[in-house]
Amino acid sequence: MLSMSTNNLSYNDQGGSDSAVEVGQETTPTSSNAGAGFGLFSTNFKKNDDLKEMLESNKDSLKLDAMKRIIALIAKGKNASELFPAVVKNVASKNIELKKLVYVYLVRYAEEQQDLALLSISTFQRALKDPNQLIRASALRVLSSIRVPIIVPIMMLAIKEAASDMSPYVRKTSAHAIQKLYSLDPDQKEHLIEVIDKLLKDKSTLVAGSVVMAFEEVCPDRIDLIHKNYRKLCNLLVDVEEWGQVVIITMLTRYARTQFTSPWKEDGLFDENSETAFYESDEKKTKNGDEKKSYMMDPDHRLLLRNTKPLLQSRNTAVVVSVAQLYWHLAPKHEVGVITKSLVRLLRSHREVQYVVLQNIATMSIQRKGMFEPYMKSFYVRSTDATHIKSLKLEILTSLANEANISTILREFQTYVKSQDKQFAAGTIQAIGRCATNISEVTDTCLQGLVLLLSNRDETVVAESVVVIKKLLQTQPTQHSDIIKHMAKLFDNIAVPMARASILWLMGEYCERVPQIAPDVLRKMAKSFTSEEDIVKLQTVNLAAKLYLTNSKQTKLLTQYILNLGKYDQNYDIRDRTRFIRQLIVPNEKSGALGKYARRILLAPKPAPVLESTYKDRDRYQLGTLSHTINTKASGYLELSDWPAVAPDQSVRNVEVIEPVKEWAPSLGKTGKSKLSKSSDDKFYSDSGEEKEKGSGSSSSEDSSSEESSSEAESDEEKSSSQSSEESDKSSSQSEKSSSESDSEQKKTTKKPPQKKTVKPTAKDSDSDENGNVAKETSSSSAEETSSGSESGSDADSHSGTERKKKTKSKAKPKMEVKSTKEVSLLKEVSLLDLDDFTPTPVTRPKMSVLSPSLLGDLEGLSLSNISSTIQVSGPAFVPEKSHDLLHRMTGKGLSAQYQFPRQPCLYQPTMVSVQISLTNTTDHPLEQIHIGDRDPTGLDMHCFNAIECLLPEASVTVSLGVDFNDSTQAANFQLCTKEDQFSVSIQPAVGELFLPATMTEQDFRKEQGKLLGMNESSATITMAAENTTRQPISRQVATVANLGVVPSGQDNIHRFAGKTASSGALVLVTVELRELSAALITINTEKSVMGPMLLRDLKRALARA
Amino acid sequence: MIHSLFLVNSSGDIFLEKHWKSVVSRSVCDYFFEAQERASEPENVPPVIPTPHHYLISVLRHRIYFVAVIQSEVPPLFVIEFLHRVVDTFQDYFGVCTEAAIKDNVVVVYELLEEMLDNGFPLATESNILKELIKPPTILRTVVNTITGSTNVGEQLPTGQLSVVPWRRTGVKYTNNEAYFDVVEEIDAIIDKSGSTITAEIQGVIDACVKLTGMPDLTLSFMNPRLLDDVSFHPCVRFKRWEAERILSFIPPDGNFRLLSYHVSSQNLVAIPVYVKHNITFREGSSQGRFELTLGPKQTMGKGVEAVLVSSQLPRGVLNTNLNPTQGTYTFDPVTKLLSWDVGKINPQKLPSLKGSMSLQAGASKPDENPTINIQFKIQQSALSGLKVNRLDMYGEKYKPFKGIKYMTKAGKFQIATR
Repeated sequence: MLSMSTNNLSYNDQGGSDSAVEVGQETTPTSSNAGAGFGLFSTNFKKNDDLKEMLESNKDSLKLDAMKRIIALIAKGKNASELFPAVVKNVASKNIELKKLVYVYLVRYAEEQQDLALLSISTFQRALKDPNQLIRASALRVLSSIRVPIIVPIMMLAIKEAASDMSPYVRKTSAHAIQKLYSLDPDQKEHLIEVIDKLLKDKSTLVAGSVVMAFEEVCPDRIDLIHKNYRKLCNLLVDVEEWGQVVIITMLTRYARTQFTSPWKEDGLFDENSETAFYESDEKKTKNGDEKKSYMMDPDHRLLLRNTKPLLQSRNTAVVVSVAQLYWHLAPKHEVGVITKSLVRLLRSHREVQYVVLQNIATMSIQRKGMFEPYMKSFYVRSTDATHIKSLKLEILTSLANEANISTILREFQTYVKSQDKQFAAGTIQAIGRCATNISEVTDTCLQGLVLLLSNRDETVVAESVVVIKKLLQTQPTQHSDIIKHMAKLFDNIAVPMARASILWLMGEYCERVPQIAPDVLRKMAKSFTSEEDIVKLQTVNLAAKLYLTNSKQTKLLTQYILNLGKYDQNYDIRDRTRFIRQLIVPNEKSGALGKYARRILLAPKPAPVLESTYKDRDRYQLGTLSHTINTKASGYLELSDWPAVAPDQSVRNVEVIEPVKEWAPSLGKTGKSKLSKSSDDKFYSDSGEEKEKGSGSSSSEDSSSEESSSEAESDEEKSSSQSSEESDKSSSQSEKSSSESDSEQKKTTKKPPQKKTVKPTAKDSDSDENGNVAKETSSSSAEETSSGSESGSDADSHSGTERKKKTKSKAKPKMEVKSTKEVSLLKEVSLLDLDDFTPTPVTRPKMSVLSPSLLGDLEGLSLSNISSTIQVSGPAFVPEKSHDLLHRMTGKGLSAQYQFPRQPCLYQPTMVSVQISLTNTTDHPLEQIHIGDRDPTGLDMHCFNAIECLLPEASVTVSLGVDFNDSTQAANFQLCTKEDQFSVSIQPAVGELFLPATMTEQDFRKEQGKLLGMNESSATITMAAENTTRQPISRQVATVANLGVVPSGQDNIHRFAGKTASSGALVLVTVELRELSAALITINTEKSVMGPMLLRDLKRALARA
Repeated sequence: MIHSLFLVNSSGDIFLEKHWKSVVSRSVCDYFFEAQERASEPENVPPVIPTPHHYLISVLRHRIYFVAVIQSEVPPLFVIEFLHRVVDTFQDYFGVCTEAAIKDNVVVVYELLEEMLDNGFPLATESNILKELIKPPTILRTVVNTITGSTNVGEQLPTGQLSVVPWRRTGVKYTNNEAYFDVVEEIDAIIDKSGSTITAEIQGVIDACVKLTGMPDLTLSFMNPRLLDDVSFHPCVRFKRWEAERILSFIPPDGNFRLLSYHVSSQNLVAIPVYVKHNITFREGSSQGRFELTLGPKQTMGKGVEAVLVSSQLPRGVLNTNLNPTQGTYTFDPVTKLLSWDVGKINPQKLPSLKGSMSLQAGASKPDENPTINIQFKIQQSALSGLKVNRLDMYGEKYKPFKGIKYMTKAGKFQIATR
C-alpha cells in the first residue's frame, strides 16, 4: 500500500499538468516512472477508482467484473499499471477465472512493477506443488513469464523440478519455460542445456515439439544432444502435435545435413541404388564388395524420409511445407517428386498461404522444371488473385516454359497483357522477354508481339515493352533496324523515363544502323533536355557522345550544346558525366592518350543482359524459412550446412538396449472414472513411476522402446489400439516391458497377472476379453520385432518394413490364438481379485494409453472384417515353366535373355513381383559388366540384380529381379547393359502374375465376396472344354493363368481361388461355378476394377480352350 | 516465436493487442500501415513485411488484419497457419469473427489467446480442448454463471491434452446421436472467350458434424475412392488404413470439423455445369457499348443450378450501364465499376439473360481490355466428380446413430474470359 500512496501523491502533483495527454496511447514500459503512467489516467480517474474499490471488495463477482474491465483496457493497449497492487492481492483467489485474469495482468505488468510482482511469487511456489497438474503447469507458466531477473534462481529450480514432473503437460510447460528463462538470463545456458538434454529423452509426444523448440532457441549447435534421440524423434513424429512437427522437421533437416552423406550423385545409376542398398541385408552387402563404391543411404536417413512422408497429407500447411523442404534438401533427386502434388494442393488455401507456397515453388521450379510442369495449369493467373500472387505465378510459369509448352504459355500471357491490372501486365511483358531469351525458337515471335504492344494505349505497357525490346535487341542487334526506327517514331508519345532512356540508348548503340533518324532524335532532346528526368539526361549525353564520334558533321553543334546544358545541371552525376564525356571526345590540348580510344570506349560491343529470375539465388536459404521469404537473412536464421564428404560415425545414434525396469502405469482416463479420482490416481502413481522412469532413462534404454514405437506406429492395427487413451508418460515403461517379454518366455508368464488388468474388471466381459488379447498380442509381437531389430542394429528399419506387413496379415495365427485363450482364462481370474481402485495398466506401446472404447471399436471392426486375420499369403500352387524372351540373341549382339515369373514372394520388397532372368552368352568372347542401366525415373520401382562381372561364352546365369508393377500390366522398361552396349528391354507381365496366392476358408471367402459386389465384380458365362469339368484340371488351368491359391470348397460344382495383388494387397477372388451341360460361370471379385476384366479374359481363354 | 498480435480493422485502427513476451510498442504497426497505404486493394498487402527489428506477418480475414510480430527466424507458414487457426477459433466461439464480436467478448478472446500460445509457441489449438478450458459464451451460461457464481473457465486439464486423441473431449453425452457429413465440391475453371475450357479442376471437402456419445470409432468408405487424387486429413484419420484399404477410419472430434479435403485427379475430364454466352463490345468512336449475357445449364446430371451470381469488373471507361435482366436483379457500382447480377435459379426452359447497353466516357477511346466474368452457383444433391460415400459404420459404442450424407457442388473460382 505504500506504493499506492505514492502513486496517489504523484497524481496530485502531476495530474493537472498531464491531463491533456491523450489516454491510452502510451504502451511502452514506463516502470521507472510509475507516477507519470498514472498521470495518463487522470482523465478517467473516476473509473479507475471504482475499479480499485471493486478489487478490494469481498465479493468474487465484483472482483471478476473489475478484472474483466481491466483486461479490456489492456487489450485496447491502455495503461492499467497503477492498479497493480490492488490486482496482485487477488493472485491467490479461489475463483479460477479470477485467478487466470490476474495471471494475465501480472504477466503483462510484472516487468514494470518488479518489486510488487515479487509479492506473488510465494503463491506460485505453493501452486507448483498442487496436486492438480493444470494448476502446477499454469503456475510455472506465469512464474516463468514474469520477466523479473531477481527470481532467476527460483525459476531455474522450478524448471528443473517440473522437467521431472510426472505429468507430461507440466513437462511441456517446463520446456517452454526454458526459453523464457534463457531470454531473461542467457548466463543460465549451461544449466538449461542439462534440462533440455533430459527433456529430449522424454518419450511423450506432448513434450517432443516443445523441447526441440527450446533446443533450437538455446543451443542449436549442440547437435550431439540429438544423436541418441534421433530415431525416437523420427518415430514419434507422426503422433506429435502439428506445431511440434514443424519444429522437429526443421531441426532434423539441419541435423541430417551434418550427419549423412549426399544422396545426390552425379551418376544417376548409383542414385537409384539407394533403395536397393537399404533393403538388402548386411551380409549381402559384404558379399558383394564391389558395391561399396556406390552410394548407400544411411538407414537413419531413410528412416527420416519415410517417417515424414505421410505428413504431406497433413491439414496443416506449415507441416506440409516443412516436409516438402525436408525432401528438397535431403531426399535423392528422384524422390523429391512426391512433394509436388501436396504443394500444388496448398494453392487452394488462403491467400497468405498461397503466397509463401508459391515463393517456394518459384525457387524449386528454377532448378527442377520437371517437377511442376505437369501442374502448369495450376499456376494460371486468375483475375481475382492479389497482385503479389499474380507476379509469383508469372514467375513460375516463366520458369516452367520450355520448347514444348511455350506456345501454350505465350497464349496465356497474351490474355494477361490485356489485364486491367497494369502492374501485372507490365510484369507479363517482362516474363515474355525472359521466355524469348531462354527459348531461342520463339525469340522472333516474342519480339514481334512486343512491337505490337508498342502501339498499346496504356503507357506502362508501352514503356515496359520498350525496356524489354531493348534487352532483346541487344542479344541479336543485327536484323532489327526497322524496330529501332519504329521506336524512334514512338519516342514523342512515350513519357515514362525508363522507356525514353532505353530508346535513347538504343539509338546511340545502333546509330550507324539508323543514320538518318538518330541526329533528329538528338535534336529533339536538345530542345527538351532541361525538363527531362535524370536518367533520360544521362542517356542523352551518351547519345550525343556516340553520335559525335560517328557522325560529327551533323551533330557537332548539338553535342556542344547538350554538353553545355549538362555542365550546369543540378544533378552532380550529370555534371560529372558531361565533364568526362567532353574530355573524352572533344579533342583539345589537354586530352591525352585516352582521346584516341574514345571510340573504342564508347562504342565497344556490350554483352547482352541476361534476363533471369529474381528467385535464382533464393536457394541459398533453406526453403520454407522466413529468410527465404524475405530474401535476406533473418535474425536467428540457422544455416543449412553442406553435406559432409564422409559421414560422421553413425553408431552415435545407436542406443543400447538395457534390461528395462518393470513398472506399471496407472489406469486413467477411462470415461467412467470421475475426473477427481483420476487426478488423485495420477498423484498416487507418479512417485514410483517417476523414479523408475528416471532410472531407465538415464541408463539410456529408450531406444528399444522408441524403435518399437516406430514399428507400431506404422502398423495400423496397432495404431488403432493406440487410440486407447492413457497418459503418455507411462508409455515408456510399457514398451520397455514388452521388449523384456521377448527376452524370455518365462518372464512373460510371471508378468501375466498384472497384464490381465489391461482390462478393467468393470468393463463388459466379452469385449474386454478380446481387448486384453489383442493388446497382449500386439505387445508381444512388437517385442519380437524389436529384439530382432536391435540385434542387427542399423538394419532394424528394413526389418520393421517387411515385418509390418506380415504382422498385420498374420494377426491371429493359431499359436497366438492358443496363447490368447489361455490369457482369457487367466484374465478372468484376475478380475475376480477386483482391484478396480487402481488397476495398473500395462500398455502395449508408448503414447498409447488406457484402453478406451475405441480399442473395442477396432476389435469389433476386426471381427467383422478380419481379412487380415484369416488370409495368409501362401506359396504358389503351381509354377508354370513358361519363359518369355527379354532379349533375343540377334538383337542383343550375342547376349540373350529370357525371363520368367517364379511366383515367389519377392525378397526385396513385399510389393514387388519377382522375376527371374536367365542370361546366356552366345558369342565366342566373354561379356563383361552385365547390369541394368538407365530407367525412366518416372517408371516402375525396380530392384536390380547386381552387376555380373563376366559371362563366359556359352555360359548362362540366372539372376532375379524385383519389380513393383503397381498392380498394372504396364511393362517395366529398362536398359540391359554390357560393357559395350546397352539394349532397351521390357518385361510385360500377364495379369495373373501380379498376384500372390492366398489361403482362406470358404466362409471368409464368401464374406469377402459379399463386400466386393457391384463395380468390383465381373463375370462371364463360358462353355467349358470337355476335360475341364473336374476339380483337378480346373485348378490347374486357373493356376497356370494366375498365381492364385485354391480355397477349399464344400460344393463340387463350385471352385474358388483367392489371391492378393502384390503391390497393394487388394483381394482377388475367383469363383468358377459349373452349370448344367458344360456351361460355367466365372466370377471375379476385386476392387481392382481394371485387373478384374483382364483376368476374366485370360481365364475365359484358358478354360474354354483346353 | 510469435511475439505479439495486433488486430487492425479496415480503417486502420488497432483495436486489440496481445503480447506473449515483453511488450512491443504498437508503433511497430506503422510499417504495416505504410504497406497498407501502398496497396491498391486490401488483399494486396504483402503477408510478410520486414522492419528493422521485427517481422510482421499478417493475414486478412473478415476484413480484419491479424498482424503477428516476429523477432527471429520462424517458418512464415507456421505463423500464417496459426493466425488462421485463431480466426477459426473465434468464429467457432462467437459465430462470427467481426470487430464487434471480438470487442464484445474481449475477455474470452484474451483468455483464448492466452491458452493458445505460451511464450509464442502454440499450446492448445484444438477446439475441443479449448472448449473444455474456456466455455464458449452463451446467454444461458451467462445467466447461470451470475446466479451460481460458477465460471467460464475449466478447472481441470482437458483430458484431450494428454490422450492420443487430443482432438476429442471425453465424457461426451447426447440424447440424439447423429453424424452428418457434407461432401462439398468446388469447381475451379478458366473458360476462354470461345467457351472452351482452359483449366478445370475439382476440389472437395468433407465437412462433418458429429454428435455422438462416448468414444465412437467410425469408418467411412467410398464407392469410388480411386477418384481422390490428393488428400489431406484431419489428424484423427488413420493414415495407414487409408493407404492400405482406402477407408477413412477415425475417432471423430466432437462437433464440427473438416474430415478430409481432396483433389480430384485432372485426368478425369471435368464436366462444366453451366455455360455462358456473352457478347460485350465497344465501338470505336461511339460512347456506347453492347452488353449481352446468357446463362444456361450444361451437364448438371438433372439437378438444378441454384444461387447463381454473376459478377464482372467492367473497364474503367464505362460510366454507367442500362441493362435488362430477364430474371433476378442486377447492380452496377459506377465507382468501382463492379457489375453484379443475382440470377437465382436457372430455369432450363427459359434461360436467364442480361442485355442492354453501356455508356462510355465521351471522347475516350474504346477500352483495351474486356472484362472477365466470375460466376458463382450451387448444385444441390450432387457431387460433380461423382464421388459417393459407400457406407458409414460405427464401432465402439452400442447405440444406433442417425447418419446423414449430403452432397453439394459449388463454383469455386469460376472465371470466363470474354477476350
